[in-house]
Amino acid sequence: MPVMKFTEAIRDAYAETMRAYPEVFLVGVGIIDPKAVFGTLDGLHKEFGDERVVEGPLAEQMLTGFTFSAATLGLRPVLIHHRVDFLPLTFDQIANHMGKWSYMFGAQQKVSCVVRGIVGRGWGNGPQHTQSLHGFSASIPGVKVVVPANAEDAKGLMVSAILDDEPVIYIDHRWLHSDAGEVPAGLFQIPIGKAHVMREGKDLTLVAVGPMVQESMVAAEKLAATGKSIEVINLRTVRPIDFDTIIASVEKTGHLVVADSDWPHFGVASAIINQVAQKAFGALKKAPSSVTWPNHPVPASYGIEPSYYPMAKQVIDAVSLVLSGETNGIHHVSKTEKSHSGTHSGPF
Amino acid sequence: MGDRNKNQDLIRSLYASALRIRMVEDAIAKEYPKGEMKTPIHLYTGEEAIAAGVCAALTKEDVVYAYYRSHGWYLAKGGNLNRMIDELFGKATGCSKGYGGSMHLIDLDVGFQGTTALVAGAMPHAVGAAFTMKYKKQHHVAISAFGDAATEEGLFQESLMFASLRKLPAIFICENNGLATNTLIQYRQPDYPIYKRAAGFGLESVQVDGNDAVAVYEAMNEAVIRAREGGGPTFIECLTYRVLEHCGPNSDVSLGFRTQEEVDAWKKRDPIVRLEQHIDAETKAQLIEQNQREIQVAFEGARRAPFPTSLIPEGYQCL
Repeated sequence: MPVMKFTEAIRDAYAETMRAYPEVFLVGVGIIDPKAVFGTLDGLHKEFGDERVVEGPLAEQMLTGFTFSAATLGLRPVLIHHRVDFLPLTFDQIANHMGKWSYMFGAQQKVSCVVRGIVGRGWGNGPQHTQSLHGFSASIPGVKVVVPANAEDAKGLMVSAILDDEPVIYIDHRWLHSDAGEVPAGLFQIPIGKAHVMREGKDLTLVAVGPMVQESMVAAEKLAATGKSIEVINLRTVRPIDFDTIIASVEKTGHLVVADSDWPHFGVASAIINQVAQKAFGALKKAPSSVTWPNHPVPASYGIEPSYYPMAKQVIDAVSLVLSGETNGIHHVSKTEKSHSGTHSGPF
Repeated sequence: MGDRNKNQDLIRSLYASALRIRMVEDAIAKEYPKGEMKTPIHLYTGEEAIAAGVCAALTKEDVVYAYYRSHGWYLAKGGNLNRMIDELFGKATGCSKGYGGSMHLIDLDVGFQGTTALVAGAMPHAVGAAFTMKYKKQHHVAISAFGDAATEEGLFQESLMFASLRKLPAIFICENNGLATNTLIQYRQPDYPIYKRAAGFGLESVQVDGNDAVAVYEAMNEAVIRAREGGGPTFIECLTYRVLEHCGPNSDVSLGFRTQEEVDAWKKRDPIVRLEQHIDAETKAQLIEQNQREIQVAFEGARRAPFPTSLIPEGYQCL
């Protein structure tokens, strides 16, 4: 199986679907830029031309409505934003149109499009270039939301998103862009709406999103050394959430921690703990817990920014608190032990 | 002689289209107080010449995206009357199966692609549809209809710019009735013609008397020919007047933002009356009778039709 970087996996998903389906095209601001959206479009403008790699003006809301209506007429557009922070500019077209069209006309039209946004981190990107917004996006009925955690996810979820007949918001973290892994060739798909059990365990269910998946895998490995058996679930799809897989796991383990790369309230962690409390309360031996971003924006200064992001250590602490009521298990996870590379060194 | 006949056929068809809209809107206004149509209605009364004139220049394959003042556009494009009245009654047999209501009408069989409740919301849809026509190497055109207030939104500039840049077969129809709900245009826009602002994006842009169906048709016909030949988009500002209140079946003169004298002055420019001058009495009587019959059938059918039984439309996948 070929090994490729996360960015190459996204590029592969675009290239394979565009070759197989003439109705697939890419659109966005700055996508014919020689840097090719962090390399995720390398060579595609040359291969597919202006007609299928469509440069747009800085008019994100229009491009979203444009994407939506092309989708209703049988095309499969992918709208690409260099920063997920540009999504709020477009929410009239996402919340009021893309997400409502199928329902409010009695499911007469397919809305087969993808909106991709990229989450920034590091190099002092500051509050307006680092939001995650997957919880925010997923709060609207009528759209699906996926967050890949590794190169395999990056390709499989993108191919599935492009071939889905409903609108899919695809949010990838640039912090993961240089990660590499085995990625199947061809039109490899990962089903939307299904979570992935990355590691089986019997003591605690650890549900993780995006970059927190790799932190959670490191944490589970460390905890295994102390005899704790942790089941790690890579959520993959934020809407619709695969509650069946999560609840089945909690019924086995009796304990739950959610590790989300987003704010604590109104998001994935809240939604999962809510549903588990309602549907599997009897299975829970302890109150669930979560590891999330602090409840405020991301600071720019590299003097403090690293302490904003929870890592494997915080996951271990949260798991230990749930399992034994204290955090004095393993404190010493060095920065280099996080499994992702996190090599972004700016400036853009 | 041939031209005169052709012209007479055109006027007859514009009159039939505009009259049908007027009679349907009048019937809705009359029945509305009974409370069976629990849906916000934005009646098209007085503005019929625009939808009639625009749609007369289109084929079934050309697509129209309109907004919440939707009934006239739906009917002019050939939308099914029974399905529309059913939708206003909230019935499962409605054009949107009861999930949309008056502001959200659709008839895909005739290229009526759906209407939005958001001002300017449909402008980019015509751009995307026009792009799709070009992508598929079809020679159809895409229309977006909206009011004067839509040109205050960012989507106005965003949509016109991209349509112009890519020379897309999109036609933008601005129904300038000088009102945003109950706020006059002079409180919202500088005293500078909308069509001239639109022209600033490097596309063809004209202003017509929106109460003159023939003038609307002629401007539209030129725009359609240009679009089909690859000449790019056109903006048509149609000057018109909303006779009734923003939402509902009544007059709004009592609110005090406009006078009865002003309404009466515009009624002298009624688009139906202007067309009627060229229609013989027999044709007029036949059309009125036919519309009355069809309207009666539509309302009787809507009353008998069942409500939807599920909160989820059949086939809806995105849960």
